[in-house]
Amino acid sequence: MKLSSGTIRLIIPAASLALLLAAVFYMQPRAMSYTGLNLLFNLAVPIALATIAQMLIMSVNDLDLSMGTFVSFCACVAATVLQTSPLLGVLIFIGAIAAYAGMGVLIHVRELPSIVVTLGMSFVWGGLAVLILPSPGGTAPSWARAIMTAKPPLVPMAIVASILIAAVTHYIVMRSSFGVLMRGTGGNDRSVERAGWSVIGIRAATYALAGLFAILAGIALVGLATSADANIALRYTLLSIAGVILGGGEFVGGKVSPIGAVIGALTLTLAGSFLSFMRISPDWQIGAQGAILIVVLALRLALNRLEKREKHQ
Amino acid sequence: MTIQKFITEKPWIWSFSATITVWIITVLFTGGASSFGLSQAALTFAAFSVIVGIGQMFVITLGPGNVDLSVPATMTLSGTLALKLMDVQDGMIIVGLLASIGVGLVIGLGNYILIKLLRIPPIIATLSMSFIVQSVAIWSNRGLRIKPPETLASFTTSGLFGIPNIALVALVLSAIAWVLLEKSIYGRWISAIGQSRFAARMAGIPVDGTRLVTYMLCAVLASVCGYLLASFSGGAALNMGSEYLLMSIAVVVIGGTAVAGGNSNIPGIWGASLFMFLVVSMLNTYGFGAGIRLMLTGFIIIAVILLAGGKRSSR
Repeated sequence: MKLSSGTIRLIIPAASLALLLAAVFYMQPRAMSYTGLNLLFNLAVPIALATIAQMLIMSVNDLDLSMGTFVSFCACVAATVLQTSPLLGVLIFIGAIAAYAGMGVLIHVRELPSIVVTLGMSFVWGGLAVLILPSPGGTAPSWARAIMTAKPPLVPMAIVASILIAAVTHYIVMRSSFGVLMRGTGGNDRSVERAGWSVIGIRAATYALAGLFAILAGIALVGLATSADANIALRYTLLSIAGVILGGGEFVGGKVSPIGAVIGALTLTLAGSFLSFMRISPDWQIGAQGAILIVVLALRLALNRLEKREKHQ
Repeated sequence: MTIQKFITEKPWIWSFSATITVWIITVLFTGGASSFGLSQAALTFAAFSVIVGIGQMFVITLGPGNVDLSVPATMTLSGTLALKLMDVQDGMIIVGLLASIGVGLVIGLGNYILIKLLRIPPIIATLSMSFIVQSVAIWSNRGLRIKPPETLASFTTSGLFGIPNIALVALVLSAIAWVLLEKSIYGRWISAIGQSRFAARMAGIPVDGTRLVTYMLCAVLASVCGYLLASFSGGAALNMGSEYLLMSIAVVVIGGTAVAGGNSNIPGIWGASLFMFLVVSMLNTYGFGAGIRLMLTGFIIIAVILLAGGKRSSR
């Protein structure tokens, strides 16, 4: 049987997720239920959306170090303005998407390093979040709360949402012509330009789309947490990067996988629950998460070697 | 024409002129009363950023994707362990310093083992490493705040001829780093690797050895900084390194080191570190709230990058 390299790329993330899930079920059989699964994966939805946003930026060879502060900012807007005056909230979000597109244009036109520009923007978003919500609080819009706590039959909301996110982004990134252009820009922007496309436009659109997914992450987070605070999602910056890499994406060359990214985000979330089921002392939980990250990546290396050997034969 | 050439050849000019501008604005606003105190504080706090910044600069010079995210965790662990080991005894100061250098060496070695053997991108490798290091720090700290030995504490908080000792230490370290970078074969090697790793390997440069030394150097500088910072602030805290993650990257890049690697400069790190501290204190003197302050800091960083950076702008 012939497997495409894209499929092989997905096997390791999927296998490590399955393995972790099996381990959790073994230790806590009661997790193998509708409520159990929902609890395990609930927090994965905003992380998955943020990971997708980071993946879009990474597909054009950039990196967004402001993801955590931006999602926090969006959560603050969602818990305050969007709840009290929805129209203004939507306008703020449109402005934020425009800011992301502008950031993409700026990075492209001036050939600036994305790491630094997004680093600077992380201060801006952090400041805006503090201005909007000086102290933790706010209320989630009731519709966001309703969506995030919905109980569809048979399969918990968290799983449904993850599958939906994966399917939609898989279509955008892997199947649509825009997705091809986007990944092409990451692979070789000069050849995309020679072929008559506007690379500035592609980068701006990619950034805008990333902004949109990050906003959805913020809203989803507020829907779960019911209130917000300016530091609510700071760890999303590193989590989202780790999620993309875990899911088989790469930093350069437009090699990304949306399904992989969602699986990566689920794996990272599950790793947290797994460690608390293991009764590992809280001191070591962060360290154990680092260790899990290393083990999964080592597995990926082993598989990549296998893939290469098959190609040579 | 010559001025233009001078500016394009010396990318650190930007960070210094920005620093001086901000310093003048701040001093003017306070009516000149604060100029000495402000300069002292700026030198002290910039010195910490300079020390971690130099290490980060060496790593960033190695080329795209090379960045050390384990800096904050390394600082915390080194500060915690060193203070614990010294246990307020003056006689143990050297032992504590050696221990913190040892911590740096081990973490740097660990980082590179992950990068090389597991072929993990440096960002993720150092990130995973920092999780583990952070856990060790939490485990060894146990919420206790141990004071630094008396002599060490007074050394870090006092100065010589009006210049803070910490700044002098940072100056000596920068001088050593400058010699390493500009005058030694090692400096040529890291620049060569940053410009093209393939070409460097073809030219017979020991690429792996050089990269290993660079990651170890960065971790050692971070741990020495952690040791000094913990002594300066009267004890190690678990979050003491956190602001230095972004800071170490920001000062390197604002200072004019190419993010794509292969081109670095040390004076720029000083300019950028002073600038970052002065911006925050300027905004403080104007009495802005935390939100506005953060926003303006971000905008100023982006403005400096826009002015200084970008390949097309220099043409």
